[in-house]
Amino acid sequence: MKKSILFSLRSPYREQLDVYGYTFGHGRKTLAIVGAMRGNEVQQMYVCSRLVREMKKTEAAGKIADDCEIMIIPCVNYYSMNIGKRFWAMDNTDINRMFPGYDQGETTQRIADGLFRNLQGYEYGIQFASFYQQGNFLPHVKLMDTGFTDSELMKDFGLRYGIIRRPRPYDTTTLNYNWQIWETKAFSVYANATDTIDEDSADEVFYAVLRFMKNRDIADTKVQPGFSTDLINESETHQVQSEKAGIFTSAVDIGKYAETGDILGRITDPFDGEIISEIRSPISGTVYFEYQNPLINENTVCFKIIKG
Amino acid sequence: MIETIASAALAVGEALNIRKKRIKNGTGRTRLSLVTGTHGDELEGQYLTYLVGSYLEKHIDMLDGIIDIYPALNPMGIDSITRGIPMFDLDMNRVFPGSKDGTMTEVICNSIVEDILGSDMCVDIHSSNIFLKEIPQIRISVPTAEALIPYAEMMNVDLIWVHESATVLESTLAHTLNSRGTKTLVVEMGVGMRITKEYCYQLFDGVLNLMKNLGMWKGDVNGIHKPLLSVNRNVGFVNSDAAGIFVPCVNFGDTVRKGEHIGDVVDPLSSQIVENVNAVSDGIIFTLREYPVVYGGSLLARILETSEGEEVL
Repeated sequence: MKKSILFSLRSPYREQLDVYGYTFGHGRKTLAIVGAMRGNEVQQMYVCSRLVREMKKTEAAGKIADDCEIMIIPCVNYYSMNIGKRFWAMDNTDINRMFPGYDQGETTQRIADGLFRNLQGYEYGIQFASFYQQGNFLPHVKLMDTGFTDSELMKDFGLRYGIIRRPRPYDTTTLNYNWQIWETKAFSVYANATDTIDEDSADEVFYAVLRFMKNRDIADTKVQPGFSTDLINESETHQVQSEKAGIFTSAVDIGKYAETGDILGRITDPFDGEIISEIRSPISGTVYFEYQNPLINENTVCFKIIKG
Repeated sequence: MIETIASAALAVGEALNIRKKRIKNGTGRTRLSLVTGTHGDELEGQYLTYLVGSYLEKHIDMLDGIIDIYPALNPMGIDSITRGIPMFDLDMNRVFPGSKDGTMTEVICNSIVEDILGSDMCVDIHSSNIFLKEIPQIRISVPTAEALIPYAEMMNVDLIWVHESATVLESTLAHTLNSRGTKTLVVEMGVGMRITKEYCYQLFDGVLNLMKNLGMWKGDVNGIHKPLLSVNRNVGFVNSDAAGIFVPCVNFGDTVRKGEHIGDVVDPLSSQIVENVNAVSDGIIFTLREYPVVYGGSLLARILETSEGEEVL
């Protein structure tokens, strides 16, 4: 294992920010893995730290394939993590909206540039991502459909679902999108929680990445077979939105199957406690996202369901 | 007439309401929309829309048409000194055109677009953020430049900055409206969280002049000046390479020469100057950093190439 500083940034009042990469194996740049780019992505950093530990053992056992290099970056933005902010501490900009970066640009553009220079040239890229809405996901892998990466590759993770997303204009400055433009087959892996550690889903995505390494002949890791992955277009998933605002309680667990008309959750009046809305499933399918906050506004996506 | 054009119930005891004021007179059907408050830390538009609204009401007989004023597209942001929509990660100006069936923010954005569409002209007023001060300017993307520059020249700004289009900007309000047939100008001026009265008065004259040219204003207008156009001019960016406290030694609007000393980045702990900041090109400083704390990469100034004798301020 080689631990190296990929990018440094001086702060006026804090210790220098050093972004570390952990490299395993030698030769062709085969797989890069990026964890927390936002200050609340604790689960994402945690999963990466477990992968670093596992890769140390894998490398020591000589089980990384010849001519394969794996790099893991557990945390980019620990400045924000240490002060409880999600975005960049000074100006609240999002590093994951600054790619491919610019070395003469603003601070987060420079961070993105410094990172991206080290991430180019890898055959595969995995980012542990978090969603902009508060909620729990069934662990899954997502592909930004740029036409470059074969969606069938998502099956190598062995997660239940691989979701294909058509990029929107605001996606074009993310790492995942730019990775593909620079010809890395890039995937986003969603590990349920963000600012808390959920051991079960951490396990699930940890093993999914090991499975991907095994199936792609990158590292011979000991891992159980996964699911037969269903590939789904994001536009075909069904969003259920709140029709009222108030106190939200979920009545299902993610991963459960709901029949049409089943109650998924309830909204009660925050002052008198009366039930003002019962949220029912409009289709039969698997619940793969649930909103997680006791307070809910009108028109908020509270469940996402995969039909079938 | 004040009207709520979009509404969504919030979790506890209130609703998010987007409101507009319509001022209408005469038989003319020409409609101008003034839009501001997308970013909650940009306040220059609050005073400008007040100036326009109060003046028109006092001189209503001079109006022949419809003025729609949308002072706060992001009222919760303005109310809580939050740039974005509170508790929502994405910049509101990256969510347009929104969606009828989407999330709360998407539904709100969609309602805003639907309400503004049909205007003959829209002016979307922004300030700078809290870090930078900007001269009054209109920003236009290259594909819309030919259609919009004649109108931008009516607005009494100091600069028209024509910039390259970027895919990410396709989700702005201005792009959405321009692509759907409502000509929209984006104004940037001043500094975040503050009101620069002289800029608001300057733009007030510009709005009346625009109305005059659109045939909706029968009253007098003050003389306006022709703005500089960025086309075929170099715009130099001065970014900090060091971290520390930026102390400029030039003023906003000064003309500088390439290599001229324009400030220092200093370190209060070591008592050292950690960076001498010099102009990267000849021209006028039209952007200057207001917030002193800087990291490597922080924008300190922008310099617009000018000819001998040209002034913007």
